[in-house]
Amino acid sequence: MDIVELSRLQFAITALYHFLFVPLTLGLSILLGIMETVYVMSGRAIWRDMVKFWGTLFGINFAMGVATGLTMEFQFGTNWAYYSHYVGDVFGAPLALEGLMAFFLEATFVGLFFFAWDRLSRIQHLIATWALAIATNFSALWILIANGWMQYPVGAHFNVDTMRMEMTDFSAVLFNPVAQAKFVHTVSAGYVTGSVFVLAISAYYLLRGRHRELARRSMTVAASFGLASALSVVVLGDESGYMAGLNQKMKIAAIEAMWNTEPAPASFTVVGLPNLAGRKTEFAVKVPWVLGLIATRSIDTPVPGINQLVDIAATRIKSGLVAYDALLKVRQNPKDMAARATLDAHSADLGYALLLKHFRSDIQNATPADIANAAATTIPNVPVLFWSFRIMVGLGFWFIALFGTAFWLAGWRRLETHRSFLWASLLTLPLPWLAAELGWIVAEYGRQPWVIEDVLPTALGVSSTDAGNVLFSLIGFALFYSTLLAADLYLLQKYIRLGPEETLGRPVSAPSVTHAIGV
Amino acid sequence: MSYELLRLTWWALLGILLIGFAALDGFDLGAMILLPFVARSDIERRVVINTIGPVWEGNQVWFILGGGAIFAAWPMLYAASFSGFYLAMILLLGALILRPVGIKFRSKVDDPNWRRSWDWLLFVSGLVPSLIFGVAIGNLFEGVRFSFDADLRMHSTITLLSLLNPFALVVGLASLAMIALHGACWLNLKATGAVRARVYGIIPAAAIAFAVLFAIAGFWVAQLNGAHLSVPMAHDAPSNPLMKTVALIRGAWLMNFRGEPILWAAPVLAFAGALFAILLRSRPGYAFIGSALVPLGAIGTAGLSLFPFLLPSSSDPNASLTVWDASSSKLTLAIMLGAVAIFLPIVLAYTAWVYRVFKGPVKPENIVSESKSFY
Repeated sequence: MDIVELSRLQFAITALYHFLFVPLTLGLSILLGIMETVYVMSGRAIWRDMVKFWGTLFGINFAMGVATGLTMEFQFGTNWAYYSHYVGDVFGAPLALEGLMAFFLEATFVGLFFFAWDRLSRIQHLIATWALAIATNFSALWILIANGWMQYPVGAHFNVDTMRMEMTDFSAVLFNPVAQAKFVHTVSAGYVTGSVFVLAISAYYLLRGRHRELARRSMTVAASFGLASALSVVVLGDESGYMAGLNQKMKIAAIEAMWNTEPAPASFTVVGLPNLAGRKTEFAVKVPWVLGLIATRSIDTPVPGINQLVDIAATRIKSGLVAYDALLKVRQNPKDMAARATLDAHSADLGYALLLKHFRSDIQNATPADIANAAATTIPNVPVLFWSFRIMVGLGFWFIALFGTAFWLAGWRRLETHRSFLWASLLTLPLPWLAAELGWIVAEYGRQPWVIEDVLPTALGVSSTDAGNVLFSLIGFALFYSTLLAADLYLLQKYIRLGPEETLGRPVSAPSVTHAIGV
Repeated sequence: MSYELLRLTWWALLGILLIGFAALDGFDLGAMILLPFVARSDIERRVVINTIGPVWEGNQVWFILGGGAIFAAWPMLYAASFSGFYLAMILLLGALILRPVGIKFRSKVDDPNWRRSWDWLLFVSGLVPSLIFGVAIGNLFEGVRFSFDADLRMHSTITLLSLLNPFALVVGLASLAMIALHGACWLNLKATGAVRARVYGIIPAAAIAFAVLFAIAGFWVAQLNGAHLSVPMAHDAPSNPLMKTVALIRGAWLMNFRGEPILWAAPVLAFAGALFAILLRSRPGYAFIGSALVPLGAIGTAGLSLFPFLLPSSSDPNASLTVWDASSSKLTLAIMLGAVAIFLPIVLAYTAWVYRVFKGPVKPENIVSESKSFY
């Protein structure tokens, strides 16, 4: 493997590991806030004990999220140096703002959440818990603004004097519609994860007949919050799909394995076998109209197919070569205003010319065959996207069904009596993680060959360090993270088995009122 | 605000973030370095860990924000230094990753082997970053081997061994002594009983070690080849580090001090802080302020000495990164400065409040009686 493949693999592993911990932090922090609100408003101490018990599990997971997050903040510099140089002027800003506005708050208040129960009033502690939860979600907003810009790089232009992208409109970066859609979709997925976690572990206790008071109450909260989140994750996922339809047409076409443009409105392929070499999809089962409606929200706009998009890419490569030629002229003579004007006119396609770097370094001499080959590299891995997307969506609908049932049973106070429902809840435990990881595979693997869509090919973003160094760190991270994950899972299952009483070191409070909030 | 002034402000902010990290997270690192030595029994070690337990996580954000701010304001510095110091950075990350899990996981299993293993891993999590930060700063003075091609892609021939040169090691040890001193002064303030008695004895040793190593580095730096701008450069030109000429001159790193003698206040502050820590150690709050002044003086000295250079190149001096040609665009610097001006005071305010909430020493008897609610 060369340095590009090693660096990509390392980023994929460290990012997917990081996102094992993030969604649970996002969802559980809000659930803790809700439970503590009930405690403060009702005065029932059992709710405080619920916060402390689920909080213990939250803490074990949070530590892993922080640990694996450190790598993410610095890996752009270590492994993606040219990327950092090329887009740092835009991409660095949301990362820094995340630290300043969100992670500082989160990390400072997490100490209060765990250690200040006796040092703060009930209301103060509740505020600290909500500050933790809101900061956690705010943190996700900034990260997704950064990620959204990689998918849809608005508010920036190429500056030939500094050889990089520079910010021209901060509010365009901030209010990037792709980032907004991804943010709400991602945090909703986190809420589903937190809700499934609480639901599944509560179901485990009810199946065993243990900790019934705590489990039943936890399950009721998880059922209602989970249902709302599961609905929103699907609806907002659809919003993400619509946004991708606007600017990442290749990603949509690849997810659908749609090789050729269909007459509008396009049909949706439910299942089929995408054939990469033959550029066709075999045994496709199609539902008319649906894709056209999702991707364009109209019945008369066509959804372009992969082959047509490759043709467009070839055209843009040729336009990009005009820009590249002008760039070389400006480099020779910085005062060549005609070349600067040509570069500006074609700079939107400069990234397409850079795709040729994979085939030759003197890209200004590219042959038509080089251009055709480079255009073909804009096709992402169709079967992986096709299946990842379908499994993710299928799981999304399963969560709606599960939480719908939970909500209905909770309403009739019959959560404990249906053992098959409890088993279904318990067995669902790993599934939100699977869905979330597949979601990131669709989003990031689907963006290939770009690291910044239409602007910078992934292969050009890497550092010029030794491939051996990256191999060393890749193996190191894989082993180190796996060891830590084993310790994390060991501790989680240990404390789940021990249950709330052992975790708190005392019996869980009776569900009666211990104090009243002043009426 | 002019581009020049923005760049200068961001240079100062870079220093403030590094000093904030060393002063506020430094004692967390220092406490972990001292953990196996000043605390013998499990309960003593829990005292040490719980002194930083509720606050270390927020402190660590100074490091994360430092990374983010360098990325946003000095993208070329972020790209060149982190990829150039590749293996050192990976070791640093590995050590820092041990800390959140170590602090959280250690007390979750009541088994002596489990806990002893984490104690030593926590020691590593304090030791390695303290050394590497110093070694990295030392290498800025030695200069690192990198150049840029016309696309501004960096090419470097830095290896882990080339970073471990004698001068950089002296600076690394000075940094280690500084962090250990700060950790000792923190434990002197927050710990009780036998732990406090032991750190009380360590403070003078750490302070003297720092002062000696810092002085050696100071005399040594006069012998090194420092970068110097052969021709004055524009302060508001686009950020392109290939537009200047730089010469390497022996002793050039002290030119700023010769030009502006007031700058000698920075190294004097570092020595004075160490001295205060020794003399005032029976009044722990004042001694802690003393040890916090050490990174202010020491990092200030390094920054003022290097100015306007951020990352000097020894193999291609003209490619060195400076304050005037390695920054973000004017717009990005202005926006980020606005954000910092609003939010850094807010961060400082709630951080101060949290420290007040957790005021007072950590006592072993509290940990015994409420074992489950402490680390």
